[in-house]
Amino acid sequence: MSEVVLDKVRKVYAGGVEAVRGVDIHVPAGAFCVLVGPSGCGKSTLLRMIAGLETITGGECRIGARRVNELEPAERDIAMVFQNYALYPHMSVYDNMAYGLRNRGTPKPEIDERVKEAARILEITPFLDRKPRALSGGQRQRVAMGRAIVRKPQVFLFDEPLSNLDAKLRIQMRVEIKKLQRALAVTSVYVTHDQLEAMTLADVLVVMNKGEVEQTGAPLDIYEKPASTFVASFIGAPPMNLVPVEAGENRPKAEGLTGGLGLAVPPGGAILGVRPEHLMVVTGAVPEDSLGITFPVSAVEAVGAETFVYGPIGGTGQDIIARLPGKALLAPGTPVSVAASAEHLHLFDRQTGKRIGP
Amino acid sequence: MEKRVVFDGKLLPYALLMPQLLITIIFFYWPAAQAVWQSFFIQDAFGLTMQFVWFENYSVLFANPDYYRSMVTTLVFSCLVTFFSLSIALMFAVQADKHIKAAGAYKTFLMWPYAVAPAIAGVLWLFMFQPSLGLVAQAIRALGVDWNPQLNGGHAMTLVVMAATWKQISYNFLFFLAGLQSIPKSVIEAAAIDGARPARRFWTIIFPLLSPTTFFLLVVNIVYVFFDTFGIIDSVTGGGPAQATTTLVYKVFSDGRLGGDLGGSAAQSVILMILVIGLTAIQFRYIERKVQY
Ligand SMILES: Nc1ncnc2c1ncn2[C@@H]1O[C@H](COP(=O)(O)OP(=O)(O)O)[C@@H](O)[C@H]1O
Ligand SMILES: [Mg+2]
Repeated sequence: MSEVVLDKVRKVYAGGVEAVRGVDIHVPAGAFCVLVGPSGCGKSTLLRMIAGLETITGGECRIGARRVNELEPAERDIAMVFQNYALYPHMSVYDNMAYGLRNRGTPKPEIDERVKEAARILEITPFLDRKPRALSGGQRQRVAMGRAIVRKPQVFLFDEPLSNLDAKLRIQMRVEIKKLQRALAVTSVYVTHDQLEAMTLADVLVVMNKGEVEQTGAPLDIYEKPASTFVASFIGAPPMNLVPVEAGENRPKAEGLTGGLGLAVPPGGAILGVRPEHLMVVTGAVPEDSLGITFPVSAVEAVGAETFVYGPIGGTGQDIIARLPGKALLAPGTPVSVAASAEHLHLFDRQTGKRIGP
Repeated sequence: MEKRVVFDGKLLPYALLMPQLLITIIFFYWPAAQAVWQSFFIQDAFGLTMQFVWFENYSVLFANPDYYRSMVTTLVFSCLVTFFSLSIALMFAVQADKHIKAAGAYKTFLMWPYAVAPAIAGVLWLFMFQPSLGLVAQAIRALGVDWNPQLNGGHAMTLVVMAATWKQISYNFLFFLAGLQSIPKSVIEAAAIDGARPARRFWTIIFPLLSPTTFFLLVVNIVYVFFDTFGIIDSVTGGGPAQATTTLVYKVFSDGRLGGDLGGSAAQSVILMILVIGLTAIQFRYIERKVQY
């Protein structure tokens, strides 16, 4: 178990693409770090640099106290689970898991013991003699995990390991990966573009955008205090409502908005953020420091446990989403008033998108 | 959605198939049938009379030590050419796969030999290794070897093996390169992380995963050495010296065309045909079962 430290790590590909632009990440020993971000933001590149599969253009990568920039993948004492599993198609499940140990000259009885132990943990003992092609997606996934854990490495690296599974299996494996990581307490770096996966797995969540880190922190801290409009709209589903507002008298001003007293907007205006799940239907007056929004309902999606209500706000034509508990009896065309309390409001700079309050 | 053109009538498919069928019949089935037919006859020296003799041509053939010698020659020749053309091509392909940007140039460069007609390739090598004038031959002689493929059977064999190998490398190279590129990069990366050094990675991962390609090429190359090397042998050594490079297919030619023994030559062709049909059958059976690893 070792910590993983990235210090101003950069990657410029041969074609001149700067995929990673100076990233600092500290993963404490034994922690589960998730890199999340949209496709193409450089997550895989970063992970592959930790693995040693890509050279590091600038900065330093340390595993434990060791600088690993110049080390071969095999010397870094890591294991990686690939998106397509990357099992050796011509080897049995047993041999797939034993391969790494054999390469390192582990004695035969110990190999046997470790492979069987891993197979037992992952419940793949009945498949040990099969070739990967005779396994289902979920079973292959388990073999890939098994191959990683038999080696008892310092660090696990995962590159979107669940994205080839169907929705149900994905949730099941997600829970298992988390449990396994807790039990083995091996430092892990996990890449995904799925914010839900990221939120549920991470001890340390790193939100990336265009090769840079937007925000690092505990998942709930990031959810509660997103550092930018990018993070605000990427973490949480449906995404946070972002409404351009002008400066009023110690409050935001925009068509269809009321309240919000005490939320100071700078003279040039700002972007006001409020999560759909923090909006409640109100009938009477809204407290002065809460934010009230009135809009005509344009669409209602009832999914049982909750109801999503959509409607245009003000003159912008931008849709606002409210996520209401249970069944909300609203008809399209009728106006609705919703409100969010002061602690659920976010304010971002209009130009940079960075958080400015509260 | 299915995008398919549907034609009415039954005639069109046959009309479209006709040229291909005609070519196959005229250039393959007809001569093949003729060879079988002819192998049952003995012709007199002037080609005036033909006598039906059943399998006598075959029994004469199998009683002739020259025929067995030619078999051994073919075996040696085909093993050497197949081994060298496959292994050298694989070596090139592995290099090209590493530097995939340069692969285009590599490919063009390596395709040249394939585009050269066998007889011309033969002449090229003949010139280079011609004992008194050839550039390479002079270099070899300078090293103290008494190089003379016109008199030394071993030297002659070396020369035809080199020429035939050189011709076939490009073909094998293309297939190996395609085979290498179809191996998922992540599998090789996983092996690297699993602590396999490049050489071990090659022998435990890449080479086994290439085996369908290798097997396919093995059969294609054996067929190539059995038949297509005729032009090279003819132009480089003419089967000599003292029949040291007379392979089975060259013997068909020298017995039939030069020796005038049409019946015996036809019998040899029939045997060769059976060999190739057997090889192809093995290939198809094996590929059907084994290509999906
Ligand atoms: N081998 C490569 N050569 C050049 N550019 C690459 C290479 N791999 C990835 N890129 C580029 O780097 C950027 C980040 O890619 P990647 O790390 O795969 O993103 P992600 O995993 O977040 O989807 C993309 O713009 C991609 O096109
Ligand atoms: Mg990726």
